[in-house]
Amino acid sequence: MSKNEEVVVDYKKTKKRLDGRKMDEIRPLSIKAGVIPNADGSAYLEWGQNKVYAAVYGPREALPKHTANPLRAVIKAEYRMASFSVPERKRPGPNRRDMEISKVLGEALERAVFVEQFPNTEIGVYVEVVDSNAGSRVACLTAASVALADAGMPMRDLVSATGIGKAFNELVVDLDKAEEDAPDAVDIPIAILPNSEEIVLLQMDGLLTKKEWDQLVKTGIAACKKVYEIQKKALQEKFKLGEASEKLVEEKVGEKKVNTEKVVSKEANKKIKKVKK
Amino acid sequence: MRSTVLDYDVSKIVELARQGKRIDGRALDQMREFSIQKNIAENAEGSALVTLGKTKVIAGLKMEVGTPYPDSPDKGSISIGAEALPLAHSEYESGRPSMSEIEIARVVDRGIRESKAIDFNGLCIKEGEAVWVGYLDFYVLNGDGNIFDAGAISALATFNNAKIPKLNENNKIVKHEYNGTIKLERLPVLTTFVKVGGKILLDPTYLEEKAAEARYSVSTTEDGYMAAMQKGIGGSFTVDEVNYMIEKGFEVGAEVRKKIIKS
Repeated sequence: MSKNEEVVVDYKKTKKRLDGRKMDEIRPLSIKAGVIPNADGSAYLEWGQNKVYAAVYGPREALPKHTANPLRAVIKAEYRMASFSVPERKRPGPNRRDMEISKVLGEALERAVFVEQFPNTEIGVYVEVVDSNAGSRVACLTAASVALADAGMPMRDLVSATGIGKAFNELVVDLDKAEEDAPDAVDIPIAILPNSEEIVLLQMDGLLTKKEWDQLVKTGIAACKKVYEIQKKALQEKFKLGEASEKLVEEKVGEKKVNTEKVVSKEANKKIKKVKK
Repeated sequence: MRSTVLDYDVSKIVELARQGKRIDGRALDQMREFSIQKNIAENAEGSALVTLGKTKVIAGLKMEVGTPYPDSPDKGSISIGAEALPLAHSEYESGRPSMSEIEIARVVDRGIRESKAIDFNGLCIKEGEAVWVGYLDFYVLNGDGNIFDAGAISALATFNNAKIPKLNENNKIVKHEYNGTIKLERLPVLTTFVKVGGKILLDPTYLEEKAAEARYSVSTTEDGYMAAMQKGIGGSFTVDEVNYMIEKGFEVGAEVRKKIIKS
């Protein structure tokens, strides 16, 4: 690696990050729910250059049978990267990193889902990274929780995640690859249940003081809550009434004049008003 | 329960096929709507997302510097892999590639390789020492039948105009810098059929594949060649049936090719 040849950047002096972001600013994030028709729930997410698909199957029979738990559903998460999702081709098949990430992602999601409602079953959560640039695991976790909600899974809350850490002498949110490669880089993937602020995923590598951590965790939670807003928006977009259900509402309104305004979207409202006239 | 429903659907499909109909209302020789979205992964040298009906396949290419085979010291090579992700269907499992994934990858590979679509001499860096190896992998994101054709289209669209990385003086890849593109000399299009209830169906869905007695794929080029064929599943075809599918293959292939060029 040619790290040493590069000019040393100092964010304390530049006041701006290499890609122009503010210190506490996340990269552009967009989520679409319901992209894989075969799945019970799914999501596609773009976060900076990261692009990931998530799909949920289940609750279904836990197989092999010995993996079943008589008291609750088992979440089987699988994190994978496409061979072309990284600058240097990744060999197909899971490596040790993929296995570890799969494990912590599943465990993070377990707190969000009411797993005790589905004893002896498994919930398969599959995430596939097709393009990456640092922060793919938090992107996957964010997408996976939208997919779970899209599957109609009973949940305490969504799981919202981000990266926080340190790069080029400054504390930052959502590190990209250039920042992850900084000489003083600290990378902390963190995920919370945004309403209770419970931490469900936390990893770290690098060197950090307690004081720096105190500041970072605050900005991290604030960033997760921004992520949460985008997750909610994706789900609202998906469950906005489609044409078919709008028609149904129209028919019902014609029949009984039920007051449905509270539950339907704006577009449907307009149509209902027309019918009423 | 699940298999009872499946059996019912399958018998319905056979019954309809006998009457010359399909469950989704298509003509027997009609392909589903398909679209190609290119350059979806920046880290890949080329990439494409293909949607064929409800089937979704994503392909990406990574180029690496390798040593040539002793019997072809001045030729680069390609390697194609197919993976049906557990994300794509409740039936798919993760793990080592299944026999059908291997078959699909090899049929797609043959169509491209045997048609001489890629100028392998052009992928030579230094004779006997260094050549380009193109690793193309495609992944099924949603499986609703005919992964063969969706995969082949995604592979072809990915190779066409894919970027070739720049090399430094030691023949090491310079990241994120490129030097030229891959130009395909032919566009071999794979077309797959199944036989259901004695009728030939183009571009089968998942359920139609479940109902199939036999399957046949042919790869055709714009200059009138067939580059690969593969018959699959237990049943059989008559010579007349094969001839019909070859003719259809050329006809449909020409339409598909136009879309790949445009993409």
